[in-house]
Amino acid sequence: MAILVNQESRVLVQGITGREGMVRTRLMKDYGTRIIAGVTPGRGGQEVYGIPVFDSVEEAWEKTGPLDISVIFVPATLVKNAALEALEAGVKLLVVIPDRVPIYDVLEINHFARQRGAFFVGPNTLGLVSPGKAVLGMIGGRAERAREWFRPGEVGVSSRSGGMTSAISYYLTEAGLGQSTIIHVGGDAVVGLSHPEIVELFEKDEQTKIVVMFGEIGTTQEERVADLIEESRFTKPLVAYIGGKAAKSGTRFSHAGAIVEGRRGSYESKVERLKEVGVHVVPAISDIPKKALELMEKSKE
Amino acid sequence: MARLYEYQSKKLLKEGGIRIPKGGVASTPEEALMISQEIGQPVILKIQVWITGRAGVGGIQFAETPQEAEKIARQMLGMKVKNFTVEKILVEEKLKIKTEYFAGLVIDDAKKSPLLIFSSVGGTGIEEIAKSHPEKISQASVDVLNGLKEYQARNLIRKAGFSGRLLVQLADVLTRLYRVAQSYDARSAEINPLVLTEDNLVYAADCHLVIDDYAVFRHPALGIEIAREFDRPPTDLEKIAYRAEEGDYRGTFYFFQMTEQITKQENYIGFHGAGGGGSMMSMDAVLDKGFKLANYCDTSGNPSASKVYRAAKIILSQPHLLGYFASGSGVASQEQFHSARGMVKAFNEEKMEIPGVIRLGGNYEEKAIEILQSYLKDIPAKVEGYGRDDSPEFCAQRLEELIKENKSLTHKVRPLAEPSLDPQSCSFETITGKIFIDHQKCLGCKSKGCVEACSAQILKLEEEKPVLAFSQEETKKGKCTECLACEIFCTFHEQKAIFIQLPIPGLKEYRDRTIENSEAE
Repeated sequence: MAILVNQESRVLVQGITGREGMVRTRLMKDYGTRIIAGVTPGRGGQEVYGIPVFDSVEEAWEKTGPLDISVIFVPATLVKNAALEALEAGVKLLVVIPDRVPIYDVLEINHFARQRGAFFVGPNTLGLVSPGKAVLGMIGGRAERAREWFRPGEVGVSSRSGGMTSAISYYLTEAGLGQSTIIHVGGDAVVGLSHPEIVELFEKDEQTKIVVMFGEIGTTQEERVADLIEESRFTKPLVAYIGGKAAKSGTRFSHAGAIVEGRRGSYESKVERLKEVGVHVVPAISDIPKKALELMEKSKE
Repeated sequence: MARLYEYQSKKLLKEGGIRIPKGGVASTPEEALMISQEIGQPVILKIQVWITGRAGVGGIQFAETPQEAEKIARQMLGMKVKNFTVEKILVEEKLKIKTEYFAGLVIDDAKKSPLLIFSSVGGTGIEEIAKSHPEKISQASVDVLNGLKEYQARNLIRKAGFSGRLLVQLADVLTRLYRVAQSYDARSAEINPLVLTEDNLVYAADCHLVIDDYAVFRHPALGIEIAREFDRPPTDLEKIAYRAEEGDYRGTFYFFQMTEQITKQENYIGFHGAGGGGSMMSMDAVLDKGFKLANYCDTSGNPSASKVYRAAKIILSQPHLLGYFASGSGVASQEQFHSARGMVKAFNEEKMEIPGVIRLGGNYEEKAIEILQSYLKDIPAKVEGYGRDDSPEFCAQRLEELIKENKSLTHKVRPLAEPSLDPQSCSFETITGKIFIDHQKCLGCKSKGCVEACSAQILKLEEEKPVLAFSQEETKKGKCTECLACEIFCTFHEQKAIFIQLPIPGLKEYRDRTIENSEAE
């Protein structure tokens, strides 16, 4: 099962001829992801690792058939255009890798995606991997590493930090716990699929028995996960770690955020709210595998 | 997030058609006097700094006459407020205020849209009012594709309890505020207070805009020096770091200083993280050992070796460090040997003496650690390399132990020096630098290993000498990935014929000043 991507998914790579696009296409293909086509305007007719390159998404779709997912590697300033192009062609899931995408561009992509019943992961994401099935983006770096670090299993992982996504999953693997899907939701203030949307997907996924979440200060994602648990929309065991406890809060400048969010967004708010609804909030990263093991045992009883 | 000062924000409001008080910005008492004379009535003087609660520290004062304004300006300019030294003050006509409101905009991460907020009560204490009287606050999400329609703004104002002419006036301000915010990519915008004067005109009496860092490039006219979240003006070294990052789109380099002054006795170390989450975890580990961080630095997102090199050079421009600690998540997807090579070049050039613990776990960590172990033997410093199975806590402990071995050793900033380059050398430009190959020295080379070391394969042999296999133009555009492998190979295995020049504008002068200052101490 897994969520969002599996070995059947037909994947397009936008920006396939660029530095990152090329290296990560290799990773994805070697891992077993079904990369059907690539797009770089002006480079139509070329090939990258045997994958045909087209001038537009529409052309790729016409010539290779329907595409489920597009992984976007174009420069940040061109992301909006690339995303809208893929959505208009009919792609239902985008993985937006680049960092530094302007926030209003993200809002527009979101609006457009919603109108079309589509979703996106990122921006500023390492991507996601359903171990043993497919990887999207750059997580793992090379297929060899991705296979070594991530193993198929029953733990869903959702994280706001790229490096920690791999680190946590690697620790789980070391502890003998495989993963259903591992997802880096992206590090920006506004992201497409955020923690609450991801845990709802894990809720419906039969393979996923428990979920591990790496949260961070800022945004209301973790509080909204707590809301879902309260409303019984997410019922599986959840282990959470919240980063940024030591972060010195800056001199405050804006009242507007505080009026809307109140205390939401702070370390204390997140931890309190998650504990209130029964989430296992651990104080250190190294506690995650232990707690996950314990919950996994319990879920089997 | 790039913050604008009040006077900058108001200028944008004015251009957007929102009424602001008459006035101007003064950097000297004389200018304050002149502006007050022009206004010709009692004025308000406001220090231009990024803090709230300016009135409480004497940063907002009234003057009846231009002479009085001049006197107050003299007190205000140069005043120290938190991390700021007051350099500018805003001098404006004093408004005859009847009522104060609040109008603002934030980006709502849950709804993924801009959210407009209006409060029928404004001014100081707005947050407390929002808590105790939520009914006074009305909010509306804006459809980002279609913008805010005037009727939507009117309905929002109506819900806050207004009617008639005032409702129309306030709604007009809201629609204009949204337009300004959107056209300048504002992460947040607020007018507090928005005031109604005794002659029934609506003015933006104070305003703060925060521009999205990632969209600053669209607004060069704003003159934002560093598009990063700072709660104080950037330091000189931060400006240098930001400029070094600006020209190189590969990966991220983030640098800020955590202290105004690094003193010898205070356990400061240089910190070089990779990725936000991993950096935080690593910072916790060194802080637990009682160290203080001179700086925070993050090179991630698959940065080039040249970018990591520049980061290391900038970190080592800070005096009195006891050690160098580099650590990220430990399971990085990026090719870690790039980071290793960047540090190797920097540490060698600096002839680093203080100990370093470098945790480069993740993709290609074995190769990264091997690079650190092989090529840092000629410098006085002990540098240890670690991987994903070595915890940050263990690495912090290693740093502590290494520092204890020679407690009196602290980092001395060196003048930025370059080897003398033979003008006859073969040279070609790369994305952010220039490579020099001294073919005279190549005569003594047996292995020609630089050609093989170059993973991008831009070098080929011609008459037994390495030359470009591509055009100069292609090389400059990025064929050369600045992986630094050729220079490191040649330096340690062959004739030291290759030098890669990676300029960091402003750093030479900065170091000269730093050295002068520490000699004066």
